[in-house]
Amino acid sequence: MTDQPAIQVEDLHKRFGTVEVLKGVSLTARPGDVVAVIGGSGSGKSTMLRCINLLETPSAGRISIKGEAYEMRSVRGEMEPANRKQVQRIRAHLGMVFQSFNLWPHRTVLGNVTEVPIHVLGVKRAEAEARAIAVLERVGLGDKRDAWPAQLSGGQQQRCAIARVLAVEPTAMLFDEPTSALDPELVNEVLSVIRDLASEKRTMILVTHEMAFARDVATHVIFLRDGRIEEEGPPEQIFGAPRSPHLQQFIRSVA
Amino acid sequence: MPDIDIPARPTPASPARILARGVRGLMMPHRIAMALVALAGLVAMVLMMDWSWLPAYLPRLWAGLGMTLAMLGASVVFGFLIALPLGVAQVIGPRPLRWLALGFCTVIRGTPLLLQLWLIYFGLGSLFAQFPELRETWLWPYLRQAWPYGLFALTISFAAYQGEVMRGAFAGVPYGELEAARAFGMSRGKVFRRVWFPRALYRALPTLSGEIILQLKSTPLLATITVTDLYAVITRVRQATFLTYEPLLFLVAVYLCLSAVLIGVLRWMETRVPQHG
Repeated sequence: MTDQPAIQVEDLHKRFGTVEVLKGVSLTARPGDVVAVIGGSGSGKSTMLRCINLLETPSAGRISIKGEAYEMRSVRGEMEPANRKQVQRIRAHLGMVFQSFNLWPHRTVLGNVTEVPIHVLGVKRAEAEARAIAVLERVGLGDKRDAWPAQLSGGQQQRCAIARVLAVEPTAMLFDEPTSALDPELVNEVLSVIRDLASEKRTMILVTHEMAFARDVATHVIFLRDGRIEEEGPPEQIFGAPRSPHLQQFIRSVA
Repeated sequence: MPDIDIPARPTPASPARILARGVRGLMMPHRIAMALVALAGLVAMVLMMDWSWLPAYLPRLWAGLGMTLAMLGASVVFGFLIALPLGVAQVIGPRPLRWLALGFCTVIRGTPLLLQLWLIYFGLGSLFAQFPELRETWLWPYLRQAWPYGLFALTISFAAYQGEVMRGAFAGVPYGELEAARAFGMSRGKVFRRVWFPRALYRALPTLSGEIILQLKSTPLLATITVTDLYAVITRVRQATFLTYEPLLFLVAVYLCLSAVLIGVLRWMETRVPQHG
């Protein structure tokens, strides 16, 4: 493993119209890091995550994945991706897990997991299916490969979405509040899968409201407030000895 | 999640099971009674009416049926192909294109098909005739016949109606599914081919069968511009035999059978669609 950061974000700004949602955020995730991003609603957590794979286009700043920065250009004062092919190539290895799963309902569980390897990465079907079956076993859905997404519970759908990411052998995994849309009794099955993956030293950026979980799996915690990093550090420090009054209050309010 | 109970969609059924279910459904007492009445009516028609013309006209009726089905099939296929860009343009097209597509759909859907047919056949037909150069081209053998104009009118009509359906279907695909596709590095074309289009198509399928049935029932209008479809053949029969009801009842039976077959096939296709949610 090189020491090159898997993900590096430098001075990221994002404006929606006149509202500045991100006001200069920087973060670095080295291979094997699990970066948990916490913060109140509207703090810019999800926007920051979505900038990393350019689902949102940054207004300013620099984002590089494995040392490769997105090529951006400025059009009438707005940044936009200059090289769509590059964006697609980088995205294919930045799996994202969404709050609302976003599985493709017209494909089976197996079809969802093989879709990207076959149709984006050009892996042969037999190979992709063998690998898909392995990752489905990994997330505990080995017996569901022929089911349709709508036949799965929310927890199963989210585990399928995680398998879909694992199938592309991601450089880093982006989790956007992966348990927020789940019924409480289904949260743990998803968290335990993510915990397993974290223990394998997979690189992750995890936007979450599950504080106990963040404290447990993260190697680094970032507290976002009002578009800025208010405080960051190892989980023991952030949760054990928060310095900023806002963070102290935030931790009290969600605990 | 809506908090009303939505019945689970039926799992894909084999044709045999659909048939078995259908037969079981027909075994209800009131349905048997209705079937007997219909059968009695049919027997009465066969025995008491004059069908002596039928054998002699059978070859022409087959040809007419072929023309009807060809016009229906071709206009549905071409119309659908035009409906796709019409639907997409109305959802994500740049403003001029969106307006163009919207305008096309509105004008075509807002005017009678018969009017369009006549404008195209008599209007374009006489316009083309004013250019002698056209007579030299390979197009002329087609342009001097009636059916290309009929097919064109039916096609744009189907395209306009189906374009409106596709607009709704494309717009209704949840954005998150498309975003997931983009997030995994799919190009725009791939997002369309692999996610957006199949999802929209499955959503549009139930309406598609209704549109095809309506289209079938529009084909007799072609007889007004001298295309010899089934309806035109029957009109000839009536003029030659001075019979009124027999040819018309025959027509009723044929269109009913065609509708029934089309509905059956399309419904079977719908049950095979992996549409959940």
